[in-house]
Parts: sequence; C-alpha cells; structure tokens
Amino acid sequence: MNEFSKAVAVAFQLVLGLDHQLIEIVSLSLQISVLAVIIAAFIGLPLGAAIALFRFPGRMAIVVFFNAFMGLPPVVVGLITYLLLSRSGTLGTLGLLFTPTAMIIAQVILVTPIIAALTRQLIEDLWIEYEDQLRSLGAGPGRAITALLWDGRFSLTTAILAGFGRASAEVGAVMIVGGNIDHVTRVMTTAIALEVSKGDLALALGLGIVLLTLSVSVNGAAFLINETARRRQS
Amino acid sequence: MVSTSILPLQLDNVSFEVRGVRLIKDMSLSFPAGPRTAIIGPNGAGKSLFLRLCHGLLKPTSGVISWATTEDLNPSDAQAMVFQRPVMLRRSVAANIDYALKLRRIERSERIHRIDQVLGRAGLHRLKSQPARTLSFGEQQKLALARAWALKPQILFLDEPTASLDPAATHAVEEIIDAIHAEGAHIILTTHDLGQARRLSDEVIFLHRGRMLERTPSPEFFTQPRNDLAQAFVRGELLWWNLGKDNRKNKLKQSN
Repeated sequence: MNEFSKAVAVAFQLVLGLDHQLIEIVSLSLQISVLAVIIAAFIGLPLGAAIALFRFPGRMAIVVFFNAFMGLPPVVVGLITYLLLSRSGTLGTLGLLFTPTAMIIAQVILVTPIIAALTRQLIEDLWIEYEDQLRSLGAGPGRAITALLWDGRFSLTTAILAGFGRASAEVGAVMIVGGNIDHVTRVMTTAIALEVSKGDLALALGLGIVLLTLSVSVNGAAFLINETARRRQS
Repeated sequence: MVSTSILPLQLDNVSFEVRGVRLIKDMSLSFPAGPRTAIIGPNGAGKSLFLRLCHGLLKPTSGVISWATTEDLNPSDAQAMVFQRPVMLRRSVAANIDYALKLRRIERSERIHRIDQVLGRAGLHRLKSQPARTLSFGEQQKLALARAWALKPQILFLDEPTASLDPAATHAVEEIIDAIHAEGAHIILTTHDLGQARRLSDEVIFLHRGRMLERTPSPEFFTQPRNDLAQAFVRGELLWWNLGKDNRKNKLKQSN
C-alpha cells in the first residue's frame, strides 16, 4: 500500500510538472489515435450508411462480419498488419513497419468496423423514419446518404467516440507493429505495459492517470457539445 | 407543340398485394388536370396505399400506372406528397425547403427566391432560421406543404394532411392547399374528415377494402351517394363494417 501511495504521489508530480517524457508519449498517442479515428470515420461512416441503405447479395454476411469485427482482438490486427508490412509482406517495400504510420494503419483496421457497424444500425433506423419523405423529394438511397449522416450526426458522435475509446486504449496492435521504440513509437499504452514490467509503477501510473483523464475529457466534451447542439435542433 | 403536363395520371388494372393478401384490387381510373379529388373510406380501405402507388413510392403487383409523356420532364419531378406525419430534417426551416429544391437541381438564386416566396405565403417567414424540429406539429405540417409548394408540382398528393391538427391549424393548412390548387396543381387527398372532403374536393372516390366503389362529383356524393356502403359511410354508420354482405344488406334495409 505504501509502495502504491508513493507511486501515486510520483505520478501526480510527473503529470503536474509536465514531465518531458510524459508529454512526448501522450502527444504521440493522441496524434496516432486521433488521426486513426478520423481516417476510420471517413471510411466507416459512408460505408456503414451504404450497407444500411442498399440491398445487394451478401449484405447480411457483411453486416454479421462488421458486427463480429467490432470485437476484433487487437493482437490479431497487429499480427495481420505486421505480416502485411514486414519485409516479406505485400506492403513490405513501403518500409512502414515500426513507424507511427504502421500504428495508424493497425488502429484504422481496428476502429473502422466499430464505426461502420454502429453507423449501419443508426442509419437503418433513421431510414425507416425518413424513407418515404426522402424518396418523395427525389432522393434515393445514394443521395440520401449525406442527408442521413448529417441528420444522425449527434448519435453518430457516439460511434466515433467508441472508436476513439478503442484506439486510445488498445495496446496489442500498436505494440506489435510499432515495436514500442523510445521517442519513435512509444505511446501511452505500450509505455504503461513496459514500465509495469520494469517495475517503474510511478510513470506507469502517471500515464494511466493521463489516459483516463483524456478519455473522460474527450467523452465529456463531446457529450456536452452534442447535447447543446441537439437541444438547439429539436 | 409538345405538352409539358404529366397529367392525366392513368391506372390500368392496378393491384397491390403483400404476402398474398390483395390490398388494392383492380383499380382502373384516370386523373386529368383540374378537379380536386378526395379519397375517402374507412380505415384499411387502402387510401394511403393508393396514394403511395400513384406517387411511385410503391410498385403495383400487377397493372400499370402511367403519366402523360413529356419530352423534357420526368414525371417524378412534377409531383409532390405531404404525409400525415411531417418528416423534417434536422436543419432550419429554410434549409428544409432548400434541400428539396437542391434535389431537383434548381439553381441557387431561384432556390432563394422560391424559399422566400413559399415561406411568406405559408406564414412561416418569421421562423425561417429556426430549427424545423422545434416547430409545433401544425407549423411543421405547414412547412411540409410549403416545401411541396416550392417544388411547383403539377400534382400534389396529401395523405390525411390535417389528422391530429386543431381547427385553427386545419384551417391554415386548408388555405395553403387551396392556394396551391389555385396555382394549377391537381390535388389528390385522403381524409377521414367528411367536412374537409366537402370543402376541398370537386370529386370523391370512395374506397372500401382496396376497391373503388364509387367516383362521383362532390356535391352529388354528399347528397346522393350511389353505393350502399358509401351511403352508410356518409351517414356515419360505421359499426357494422366487418359484417358479411348479407348482414350488411339487412342492416341497410332496417336503416332505410
């Protein structure tokens, strides 16, 4: 308990003192996760909406696929991305392994099914309400996608936040494809894992506190913005 | 000279069924430009289905629905529909109309002009920038009509447009419908309100269980409907709709 209290005290010192190493790790983590979520949203939102609105052979299989892939194990994604980016892999020539780009690719693979699956469900529900009116105005499923994504924007924030939560919290994928290289690919989760194994609980705990605070802050801010906008619109 | 009118709307032997149950049965009729048509009948008669079929939201199981051919006008671009429950997009009153006009590929300057015009006529100009979903139900229905009006339809389908509105809102909505008709749009509306059918129609189509039983000019329909079920409907005798044909005839004899 004494050891734990000491670790907590040191952790707060690191956080409040804006420790250089801590800032570097937090900053890289945010850059990677935010960029991965933005890319995943650009892919997942229209993809999910298209699956919701269009009817085609194999649609049900795709729905099941995306739903199942919401729980994709990060280590498996890391392994697949590793195999793709390794020297002998399909994309090996790009030399991306053990770079932040590789970590972003892995997180995009991890987050896209979450955003696509949640978007699909939401847009499908919205289409039930809007279909007759939009088709009457002349918008078929193709032209309705943008209108429905815009109208579902408040609820879709939750889908994007779920993706951000997944990206910022996962350790398996970024550890495999990033390699946890100091000053290059070390992010909060990989650093926590490393510091715990080294016995440096203070830094691990400090990072843990930052990770938790960031997660709560991002979700809280998004919730407040969302609720304010929702209240103004309806 | 090439006609620019999509009317008459022609239905030839149109039927519609869901899982083997025929909900619209062998409808053959034509709607020329001009008179306003009220479609009335009890619940389940197929009034809303009929409108959706005419508007192209549903495809008939058999039969043909056709419009007069025009060289450069797509029939779907010359019609509009207002539903019982208005569906408003999560954007401003003006943006709701703008979206509909954009879908018809109308230029920006023309869109701005039409938005101002219809909002003014519908008495909604002061609410122009307000989020559409914050409007009252009656105002939303007026906005739905204004949105349809902005499209300058040759034919306007109205599916019980004043259901669940109070008399004041109903009056306002009926005034807008009259104004749209005065601009040349053919009106086809469904309603349960016989008073409204009397006020807003030149002819009445009486539907029962998916079949057209009568089509008569309004004054005649409300004084001397030909069909026995239509007679009972106009008298407000609704309690025995589900009885068999023989029982119904006995009931009619008793009431006569």
